Amino acid sequence: MDMDIATGEKKKIRDVRILEEIARRVRVKILKMLTKAGSGHTGGSLSATDVAVAIYFSKMDYKPEDPSWEGRDRFILSKGHAAPLLYAIMAEAGYFPPDVLDNLRQIESPLQGHPCCKSLPGVEVSTGSLGQGLSVANGMALGLRLDKNPARVYCILGDGEIQEGQVWEAAMTASHYRLDNLCAVVDNNGLQIDGRVKDVMNIEPVMDKWLSFGWHVIGIDGHNMQEILDALDEAERTKGKPTVIIARTTKGKGVSIFEDRVEYHGVSPKPEELERALKELGDE
Amino acid sequence: MNKATRQAYGEVLVELGRERPEIVVLDADLSASTKTNMFAKEFPDRFFNMGVAEQDMIGTAAGLALTGKIPFASTFAVFATGRAWDQIRQTVCYSHTNVKIVASHGGITVGPDGASHQALEDIALMRALPNMTVIVPADAIETKAVIRTIVDHKGPVYVRLGRAKVPTVMPDDYKFSIGRAFVFHMGSDVNIIATGIMVEIAKRAIEILSADGLDVGLINMSTIKPLDEEVLLTAARSAKAIVTAEEHSVIGGLGSAVCEFLSERHPVPIRRMGIQDSFGCSGPAEELLRFHGLTVESMVETVKGMIKS
Ligand SMILES: Cc1ncc(C[n+]2csc(CCOP(=O)(O)OP(=O)(O)O)c2C)c(N)n1
Ligand SMILES: [Mg+2]
Repeated sequence: MDMDIATGEKKKIRDVRILEEIARRVRVKILKMLTKAGSGHTGGSLSATDVAVAIYFSKMDYKPEDPSWEGRDRFILSKGHAAPLLYAIMAEAGYFPPDVLDNLRQIESPLQGHPCCKSLPGVEVSTGSLGQGLSVANGMALGLRLDKNPARVYCILGDGEIQEGQVWEAAMTASHYRLDNLCAVVDNNGLQIDGRVKDVMNIEPVMDKWLSFGWHVIGIDGHNMQEILDALDEAERTKGKPTVIIARTTKGKGVSIFEDRVEYHGVSPKPEELERALKELGDE
Repeated sequence: MNKATRQAYGEVLVELGRERPEIVVLDADLSASTKTNMFAKEFPDRFFNMGVAEQDMIGTAAGLALTGKIPFASTFAVFATGRAWDQIRQTVCYSHTNVKIVASHGGITVGPDGASHQALEDIALMRALPNMTVIVPADAIETKAVIRTIVDHKGPVYVRLGRAKVPTVMPDDYKFSIGRAFVFHMGSDVNIIATGIMVEIAKRAIEILSADGLDVGLINMSTIKPLDEEVLLTAARSAKAIVTAEEHSVIGGLGSAVCEFLSERHPVPIRRMGIQDSFGCSGPAEELLRFHGLTVESMVETVKGMIKS
């Protein structure tokens, strides 16, 4: 990807079509690595792809060859089961060569089933046990502010995940400490493992909940790249409180046989499904 | 000098706060009890009250550590280790973040608040976690030495402190290092391996036992993980039997750790003094110790019993 030769920092992309093309490539990588691994979470990786791509390629500062560079913006995938999404993006961004993706979920692979910060530099914290990422993001936002470091913190949560009580502890903390260097995104795909979120444990009215916790709340179509960019800009402009983007998404987005299907939460594509999926994504 | 280990913690945190700007402190609405309120008063910008939210406190501490801070997170031991165990597992131990969990109110000497507030399983819970270091200081002197040491140790640490005032047992010039036990004396009849307040109780028991002509050793095993294996082997070889003593369940704590190690490396007869797989209850600290058999008299009896058999 494009890089500023002088600083080693990533160039930021604002062109919606280029971002959509990156998102398409990321989806292809996700599907291929999941099929190769033979297990893993397809639906939730695809639903959050557009938002995560926008964050990584239009907003964040980082140096893939120096993952612990202090000036970097931080990204936490609180819904850690979407690890394939994070790995595909990191490969796309140049953290490691794309063939490493073939080792997903293998013994001693840097690509553990859920992100492990000790195995893969560039992963900020190990996630997988849902409900914990926002607290860590808050701690980072507090630490950066103490250091007068202008870096920002991004955190993606699942809509089922926010049933965890700790998320609401963290929601209080971010607002109490006025963490305006923090932007959370809820991947509101309406599904969790056992069914529809509204049937398993209703989270609505979800916008009102975050509002009442003192957050700046933005609702968007989480697959509309322009809306995502505008929301991320608005988050950055918002001072004195944290921002949450409630991104309405489709689980399994981009592959018709996986879209909005609860069965595709935690299963990888079969080889014949992959073939079909790649065709839909224009990758043959 | 009688001083609670939590009081010593509050004091040393303030001293360290002046020396080390990267130290930050978190508490979950118990800062007056854990004594982190002393730090809060002097460094309000580096103190974060998280409210009654232990899980969030641990995650936030991990995040602060990931930006280069040295966070000390404090609350009662029962909540720190029980309520936030998975958070400690995932974001502290598995992520290997530089978080210091210093919990007060360990053991039954919490007293009148009763079982809900008496952590008797915290050492077991923390000891089972990879990457975790577990330390139980015996008195105020050791507490200060421990806190000063762990600031420079990179990685997760759990320190268990007590509510009650305890007499000084460690020498003034005591130097602590992680994983090194303090040997008061190696005995030839029985060696007592104690931790926390049981060190002082053992000291008094040994006075009685030596008056009876018995050579009983005393080791302060303040670091429960990693164990000082060398000292343990010497203790097992030099005496005929071992007695472990802790203000914690006999399941999973110091006694278990010692048994696990010695049964593989140098099996000897061992008796574990501690809470015998039960919850605590309300009462004055001294009476509770008596109720649970954690007294000088019962230690004397236990040691004599071992020598007879
Ligand atoms: C603490 C915890 N409990 C249970 C699980 C198992 N689990 C993995 S994903 C998931 C459902 C998550 O739903 P959601 O947050 O909506 O994720 P998405 O739809 O984006 O995949 C569950 C229950 C877990 N990983 N962590
Ligand atoms: Mg969902």
